[in-house]
Amino acid sequence: MAKLGTLVHEIRSKNAGPFWLTIDIFCHGFDNFSEVSEKLSTSKVAALFGTNKTHIKRFNITELHVIKFSLPRPHIQGVRLDRDMHGASFACLLEEFEL
Amino acid sequence: MTEKNVVKVLVPAGALGIPYDKDALAKGLTFKPDLIAIDGGSTDSGPFYLGTGTSKYSRSSTKSDWGELMMARAKIGVPLLIGTAGTCGTSSTVDWLVDITKEIASERHETLTIAVLKSDQSAANINKAALLGRMHPLEGAPAITSEIIEDCTNIVALAGAEQIQQALATGADIIIAGRTTDTAIIAALPLERGCHNGAAWHGAKIAECGALATTNPNSGVVLMEFDQTGFTIFPMSDNASATPQTVSAHMLYENSDPFILHEPGGYLDVTHAHYYSATERSVRVEGSQWHDTTPYCVKVEGARISGYQTVSFVLIRDNDYVSHIDEWVSGLETVFASKMYDNGNNDVALEIRIIGKNATLGALETDMASTHELGIMAIFTAPTQAKANEAAKILNPHLLHMPLTEDEPMPTFAFPFSPAETDRGPLYEFCLHHVCELDTPMAWFSLDVIEVKADG
Repeated sequence: MAKLGTLVHEIRSKNAGPFWLTIDIFCHGFDNFSEVSEKLSTSKVAALFGTNKTHIKRFNITELHVIKFSLPRPHIQGVRLDRDMHGASFACLLEEFEL
Repeated sequence: MTEKNVVKVLVPAGALGIPYDKDALAKGLTFKPDLIAIDGGSTDSGPFYLGTGTSKYSRSSTKSDWGELMMARAKIGVPLLIGTAGTCGTSSTVDWLVDITKEIASERHETLTIAVLKSDQSAANINKAALLGRMHPLEGAPAITSEIIEDCTNIVALAGAEQIQQALATGADIIIAGRTTDTAIIAALPLERGCHNGAAWHGAKIAECGALATTNPNSGVVLMEFDQTGFTIFPMSDNASATPQTVSAHMLYENSDPFILHEPGGYLDVTHAHYYSATERSVRVEGSQWHDTTPYCVKVEGARISGYQTVSFVLIRDNDYVSHIDEWVSGLETVFASKMYDNGNNDVALEIRIIGKNATLGALETDMASTHELGIMAIFTAPTQAKANEAAKILNPHLLHMPLTEDEPMPTFAFPFSPAETDRGPLYEFCLHHVCELDTPMAWFSLDVIEVKADG
């Protein structure tokens, strides 16, 4: 078991407008990308974000060795219950995830 | 291909107010760009700016940064264009930047023509579009009613290439635009001059954050060259390179879909784009596709006040309290509920965030590591500021002194401020994530030209 953040090159998250969140996982190369994309199921990501996998758009981008997830923000940007205006801290959930 | 088919757009930075390499800007001017274009904002800093119609950057820093770009423009005599002026692109922030521009021109005895494109919408206009079935929710849009629309303190529509082209056609030296898409300000001129439409939009998306698509994002300045088959990105800093990897990866940034980008009048599809190194430091891209869609639609954004807030802070350093923080917070919530009900105040929401435990991620937090001190941020949200402040004062003595159990000495926690509570003012929320059909692109936008004459 290893934390995902230690296995890949970089993980970042950011608002994609006020209503969506997008997370990019940059892998080290093709082998790393293949392994991570196989082991990291969309259901596991959905569980981390407290949502259902049907709400998550997943893109496995082989040419870039990137796995991208986009989902409606846990709370719309800036509403009373939103905790992170820019959404960059959500990447920590995946960085610390034991794959 | 003849020289006149090539359009060069110089982008100094990802947005006005973000630092860039000054030498790189000077170098960019030597390539004789046709246009200097920069973004002035976005929704990324939250709903407050659209809600209030204000800029997040200070007037003095904006004047300094804008003055540098005005100087660059004057040197080479090409138009300078800014979109989403003043963070949110409302009429008030457009006027604010026009005022700054006039002030700079006056100080420099400069004669200028300024084209002003405005994007503000009335609630009546939006409600009419909704009633006529000409407004459509985008994925993830909140539910709306005519009352919510009328509650909006500001509503803007995002201008696309067509509206920017109208502004450029005035021949103005400076174009100050209200809310536009980030890409339209860069794509408009190459589209107007017949460059490849997929390349115009794709290149605009790549350059909208300045040098973020290069190895040195902080350098800011990129020169975009558009022609009939594609575009080329040239970083202007000596310390920046564009590579096929840095350029193609930029389509991921702040985009929910890395291949498709919706814009007024159609969408960009980069699925079949090819990226290759043109020189050691520049990248050429071809194969991007643009698809027209009908009817012509623009996106709208609106913000309204959803309450008023007061925030109290207290710091907890006592080990016993730190290790039993959930019980203590739960006790506070119980006390607050009973006190508020006693006073008939049922419409105040209290949210306590435990800084040092899970304040950033809340219930999603997975790291349960312990710490030696915690910050308690108590957020009170009420229909009026007075009520939010009153609620915070009601909780104040308990935040300061509430013991975990009845049989222990009265504790006193650390208030960093006096008073312990701070009024935050109104809480704004974004309430539109919709597109509206327009009969013509300019139907919801206004364009004026202002002449500024040098005195003396």
